[in-house]
Amino acid sequence: MALTYLQRLEAESIHIIREVVAETDNPVMLYSIGKDSAVMLHLAIKAFFPARPPFPLLHVDTTWKFRDMYAFRDRRAAEVGMKLIVHVNPEGLAMNINPFTHGSAVHTDVMKTQGLRQALDKYGFDAAFGGARRDEEKSRAKERIFSFRSAQHRWDPKTQRPELWKLSNWTELDVWQYIYLQDIPIVPLYFARERPVVERDGTLIMVDDERMPLRDGEVPVLRKVRFRTLGCYPLTGAIESNADTLPAIVQEMLLAKTSERQGRVIDYDAAGSMEKKKVEGYF
Amino acid sequence: MARAFAPVAAEIDHYLATHQRKSLLRFITCGSVDDGKSTLIGRLLYESKLLFEDQLAALEADSRKMGTQGDGLDFALLLDGLTAEREQGITIDVAYRYFATDRRKYIVADTPGHEQYTRNMVTGASTADVAVLIVDARKGALTQTRRHSYLVSLLGIRKILVAVNKMDLVEYAEAPFRAITAEYGDFAARIGLDDVTFIPVSALKGDNVVAKSAHMPWHRGPTLMGYLESVAIDEERLQKAPFRLPVQWVNRPHHDFRGFAGTIASGTIHTGERVRVQPSGRESTIARIVTADGDLAQAIAGQSITLTLTDEIDISRGDLISTASAPPEVADQFEATIIWMADEPMLPGRPYLLKIGARTVNAQIGDLKYKVNVNSLEHVAAKTLALNEIGVCNLSLDHPVAFDVYKDNRDTGAFIFIDRVSNNTVGAGLLEFALRRAHNIHIQALDLNKGVRAQLKGQKSCVLWLTGLSGAGKSTIANLVEKKLHALGRHTYLLDGDNIRHGLNKDLGFTDVDRVENIRRVAEVAKLMVDAGLIVITAFISPFRAERRMARELMDAAEFIEIFVDTPLAMAEQRDSKGLYKKARQGELKNFTGIDSPYEVPEHAEIHVETTRLAADAAADLIVRELGRRGVIGTVV
Repeated sequence: MALTYLQRLEAESIHIIREVVAETDNPVMLYSIGKDSAVMLHLAIKAFFPARPPFPLLHVDTTWKFRDMYAFRDRRAAEVGMKLIVHVNPEGLAMNINPFTHGSAVHTDVMKTQGLRQALDKYGFDAAFGGARRDEEKSRAKERIFSFRSAQHRWDPKTQRPELWKLSNWTELDVWQYIYLQDIPIVPLYFARERPVVERDGTLIMVDDERMPLRDGEVPVLRKVRFRTLGCYPLTGAIESNADTLPAIVQEMLLAKTSERQGRVIDYDAAGSMEKKKVEGYF
Repeated sequence: MARAFAPVAAEIDHYLATHQRKSLLRFITCGSVDDGKSTLIGRLLYESKLLFEDQLAALEADSRKMGTQGDGLDFALLLDGLTAEREQGITIDVAYRYFATDRRKYIVADTPGHEQYTRNMVTGASTADVAVLIVDARKGALTQTRRHSYLVSLLGIRKILVAVNKMDLVEYAEAPFRAITAEYGDFAARIGLDDVTFIPVSALKGDNVVAKSAHMPWHRGPTLMGYLESVAIDEERLQKAPFRLPVQWVNRPHHDFRGFAGTIASGTIHTGERVRVQPSGRESTIARIVTADGDLAQAIAGQSITLTLTDEIDISRGDLISTASAPPEVADQFEATIIWMADEPMLPGRPYLLKIGARTVNAQIGDLKYKVNVNSLEHVAAKTLALNEIGVCNLSLDHPVAFDVYKDNRDTGAFIFIDRVSNNTVGAGLLEFALRRAHNIHIQALDLNKGVRAQLKGQKSCVLWLTGLSGAGKSTIANLVEKKLHALGRHTYLLDGDNIRHGLNKDLGFTDVDRVENIRRVAEVAKLMVDAGLIVITAFISPFRAERRMARELMDAAEFIEIFVDTPLAMAEQRDSKGLYKKARQGELKNFTGIDSPYEVPEHAEIHVETTRLAADAAADLIVRELGRRGVIGTVV
């Protein structure tokens, strides 16, 4: 008898989640509503079954997520009966920081990176785990599955605490297979449907609410699209797709010729941009 | 839509099922800086058609901007993800890459070649099945490669693939390849690696990476990919070992449920099976194996489960639940091999946190027996370990822990050291065996002390520690000193190298380790005699400063008088009273001080005797006079 690959991944992740919780005083799970978070939450529930996971969920909100994401987040937290903390950087909110006037770099820095630091300080969390996968981006491949950060919340690539004897390794395909096999609830935006989009700088952006300023000549049109990755809607590119079921998504994955981060506007800021953000504390 | 959906689902299910049944091979790549590791993995991914279009486009752009291959693709850029290391041209940290073929899934840990990052190699090596060592065909195996090989062997990886890279730079000639095969093969055998395969490759040009090279028809073995696809992995190895579950978490949602959660480190478990909980030794029977997907009748190594027992026994995080018929050992003192991973050196005597499985205890590192020179594999006397150094020492824990020796179980036999202040992992270790002595021996406080005893003899007790090369005249001088002191009515005892080695230390040889132990025992005996009020004279080569310092530190400040019997090697060899130098020169005596084992000259000896200027009798007089001056032998002179 041998465990399948996914069974091993699952067991390794459960092990690490239990370990972090046992070794720290006040851990928190960073919940970003996307599919990786969905898998992480599912694993946490499994790790402590039949008890409930002994930590809260933290969503560092930018106020620019898709409406479907907010609805899903609140529903899911209620279903699993875990405490959900939502933190929005109050200064960023007061300054009306947004991706349109301030650009993706400033928006992400203020609302996500600084917002995360504020939340960790405010609640005194001494460990935070999130669902960043190793295959997503070159720099992320080098993080242990749980990132240990210094008291100033900076991630130092040269002094990572070595996590000996255990590794965890989820790829995008693993995540989709696991969601499919375990029937894990995910945000409907991952499934193809007709949605109002505009094509901007070669990327399909969904017009999710009235805050989106349209440029001259831009008219939202209905196209059958879905998202491979979810973030702030003005910064998240959609792909044209007919994949409206999980098997179809997996099939599309298998045929894909581009990696998923291409849909994220954030990566194109500058060379090594993800690494810079990570040194500053962005997860 | 429904009709179109059904075949897709069936097809995908079939695909996923096949995908899930593939075997998994974890391998690690290591080698020196510039040997071309990252290029090799990049090439492997590229040739296996495992790159996405945008990754390829980014690679092309990066290659143009900062590549080192002219117009060609610089595969190293694919892996060297961090800006810092790109700029320095070295790989900093372990990067994991996954790929799959029709046959297998692979997880590659690409580990750093740069010396200061050896610790990360250990991270990558601890779960690997195979190590791929990359060697530059022009340079052969360098120190770093040997260090990595030694680590690989220590950590229990048995299958080694040596990729002799950059064959294009030696005109694809067989001779340099054979030379490396012979030389490294010899080294590998000495460190216990016996499953070694050599493949000549060019990562840059793609020879023997995936496709067989047309340039090297003389190579009849597999390609790199061919090897990885076919190498045997024993996926059920862990299941065959006795059952071990380190308890991570006690799960108590309500009063009616008390579960013990953990990942099965080895073996299998069934409901109804008898288990023993270590270190308490209590036994019970498995009631349920609980998972969120429903209860199981049986669970195997690698699964994360929650157990309930039929009896209410006290179990907490860190305990080890094991099969009752083959429980792990319990001990609080060990001999262990340590790999030091911190910039600050390891300090014997300083308390560190030691984490084994889910248990964390305080640990004190006792005497470091030796460290290993990874090039020569020699055991070198040492007091401390610096970054990346490997040594063997005794450990003393403040609580007993359950364990297996590392060679039997990589999980329950390995531990990490954590700095108590910074919370950083500063070292890793492998348990070799438990020490059963010294269990309940506490130092007895006595009413009579050495001062009182020495006073009765009209002297101050002390050690005259004579050190010098073999044949320097230590024994002769020591004898004369003892006679002179005896004539003065002093109470003495002479511990002579040869005499001790025929009795107390007859189990010891002349390796560095044994030399250190020899001196440790002599120092301890001398200490007891000093406590008895005697003037102790020792005549041992005692070649290492560290051990002389150890002896010195055992005594009180003025009690240790180091006497350097200084005879040049040439003169000692010429004298050769016991014929030992001749034997050593002919290779019949190994580890002979001055010939193939070092003598570390004392830096601050209390008395320096130059035998080129003083005859033995005059030297003895000089020593006795100095004792008088120091007030050791009272008023009688």
